[in-house]
Amino acid sequence: MLARIITAGFLLALLKIFDMPGIFFLIPYFIVGYDILLKALRGIKNRQVFDENFLMAAATVGALFLAFYYGGDFLEAIAVMLFYQIGELFQSVAVGRSRKNISNLMDIRPDYANIEREGKLIQVDPDEVETGTLIIIKPGEKIPIDGVIISGRSSLDTRALTGESLPRDVNAGDEVISGCVNLSGVLKIKTTREFYNSTASKILDLVENATSRKSKSEKFITRFARIYTPAVCYSALALAVIPTIFTGNFAVWLYRALTFLVISCPCALVISIPLTFFAGIGKASSEGILIKGSNFLEALSKISCVVFDKTGTLTKGVFEVSAVHPDLRNETELLHLAAHVERYSTHPVANALRKAYPNEADDCKIENVEEIAGFGVRAEVNGEEIFVGNSKLMDMINAEWHPCTKTGTIIHVAINKIYAGHVVISDVIKNNSAEAVKKLKTMNIKNIMLTGDNEETAKEAAKELGIEKYYSELLPADKVQKLEELLKNFNGVAFVGDGINDAPVLSRADVGVAMGALGSDAAIEAADVVLMDDDPLKISRAIKISRKCMNIVRQNIYFSIGVKLICLLLGALGIAGMWLAVFADVGVMVLAVLNAIRVLLR
Amino acid sequence: MRKSYKIDVDCANCADKMEQAAQKTQGIKDASVNFMTLKMTVEFEEGFDVKEVMQKVRDNCKKVEADCEIFI
Repeated sequence: MLARIITAGFLLALLKIFDMPGIFFLIPYFIVGYDILLKALRGIKNRQVFDENFLMAAATVGALFLAFYYGGDFLEAIAVMLFYQIGELFQSVAVGRSRKNISNLMDIRPDYANIEREGKLIQVDPDEVETGTLIIIKPGEKIPIDGVIISGRSSLDTRALTGESLPRDVNAGDEVISGCVNLSGVLKIKTTREFYNSTASKILDLVENATSRKSKSEKFITRFARIYTPAVCYSALALAVIPTIFTGNFAVWLYRALTFLVISCPCALVISIPLTFFAGIGKASSEGILIKGSNFLEALSKISCVVFDKTGTLTKGVFEVSAVHPDLRNETELLHLAAHVERYSTHPVANALRKAYPNEADDCKIENVEEIAGFGVRAEVNGEEIFVGNSKLMDMINAEWHPCTKTGTIIHVAINKIYAGHVVISDVIKNNSAEAVKKLKTMNIKNIMLTGDNEETAKEAAKELGIEKYYSELLPADKVQKLEELLKNFNGVAFVGDGINDAPVLSRADVGVAMGALGSDAAIEAADVVLMDDDPLKISRAIKISRKCMNIVRQNIYFSIGVKLICLLLGALGIAGMWLAVFADVGVMVLAVLNAIRVLLR
Repeated sequence: MRKSYKIDVDCANCADKMEQAAQKTQGIKDASVNFMTLKMTVEFEEGFDVKEVMQKVRDNCKKVEADCEIFI
């Protein structure tokens, strides 16, 4: 194609320089445009009059006719064809490039799996690997199928899945998901799923099918194109016939009508919109945000209120020591004692305490451990009698305890029956939650929190996060009801949950966002947007990408339709000729495509 | 039933024409063509033979856009 364009352009220049007679100009015309003419003929056979090829053929043949019989410019007809072909070439290159770029962003497709057969490693199609097979992943390879590590330790690059750049360390016994890249050691994995059911396949499927759910803008532009092309063609016909009857100047009006035909080509209008959405969805998925359709990208840009589920979304959803308030001794020592006493307990509180003091197994002497069900634990640590438990335990031993200003589960500690302070255990707010709320506020988006927790806990969390409005003590069914109310009060409500028991709420919201949903099929199913890791900051990021994308979509729609209409007007008045028309067509397309690709930039 | 097919077509407007042609084919409940991923997603009506219907879809698409292809 490129060769044909160059040859034709070169010939054209030569013919012009030597001022050759018109008939010679047909050579470059056929070189550059023969395929268009052939396609146009086929189009006529199939009665596709508004086919692009037919329009271009009609316009250029008309112009050649004018050149032969009315002494017009030969150059023009050929140049129009030439530029049209350059435009087409650019379009297919640009679209091909962005297809490739965007699929590279989601480079998680595993090509093969290594299995051991008769002592030798062989590569097989991951589709053929059955559940429960042992597969081997060498450093630098992608994990093809979800599974559990049988042996080996390594760190995994999960960037393509979650957008998280820190590698994750894994050991034997850990579950791993497909699509991660094995960085350091050799891993032996027992597969727990089949390939088509594995995370990587599911995500790819989701992203690849995302743009089949079309947005309003996409539907608008295709509907517009369906009307636009016939409308312009009929006006071209009218323009050639009606004024000629009155003025008799056939050549002038035919020329203007041909200009119309060039402008009527719809592709420049149609290409940039799906390309923009595609780029937007690709960009989002490269950051660990999966958007299930262009329509959701569009809806996301119109969100005016984000409703958060608290546990697991804004908080980590696991109990952790959030504060240590000693009355005697210092913080470390208090934790140290508490952890010792709880050494043998399996209660969640004990787990949290031991996690907060990881070097618990030191050489301190712990004797006579006694669990007092419903109260706590008593033990002797290095000869001192330690009580760890709730306020009832303190009352029982007559230690004078005092309440805490923080909310959560309060674990009191007494040393030799004297009150020594307390440890607060609560569901910890994620590091980025407050920042996420703040970001949304600066984007003029209202934040609302829903939770099943009691009023006090909810109030404190809301205060810490900077959320003005919250609803507490809600049962799952109440959450749906609350959301219905909010849907009436706000335009565009997104609900963010962890997908564990809020599937009905997720599907009810304008945009349901499931968070940290890797591996949770129910959440991926119910949500419209899936955040692969559990960073709440991704919500504002997703909305930002969607707004940018929609801005570009709007610019492209107004710009391309605007330029076309102006050219039609100028063409009808005879100010713009075919030159300008083809530049308008190709130029608009090039600019719109470049604008669409801007989505991929930061 | 839903199925998706790989397609080949070289302009966005032509993809739209294919979509329309597919939608009008008998036995098709809904069809959507994605130009960017070059995929056609088809939802069939109950009681139609998928193979036959797809053959018709392909013929109809070829009528509106001679250069297209559906990989059945």
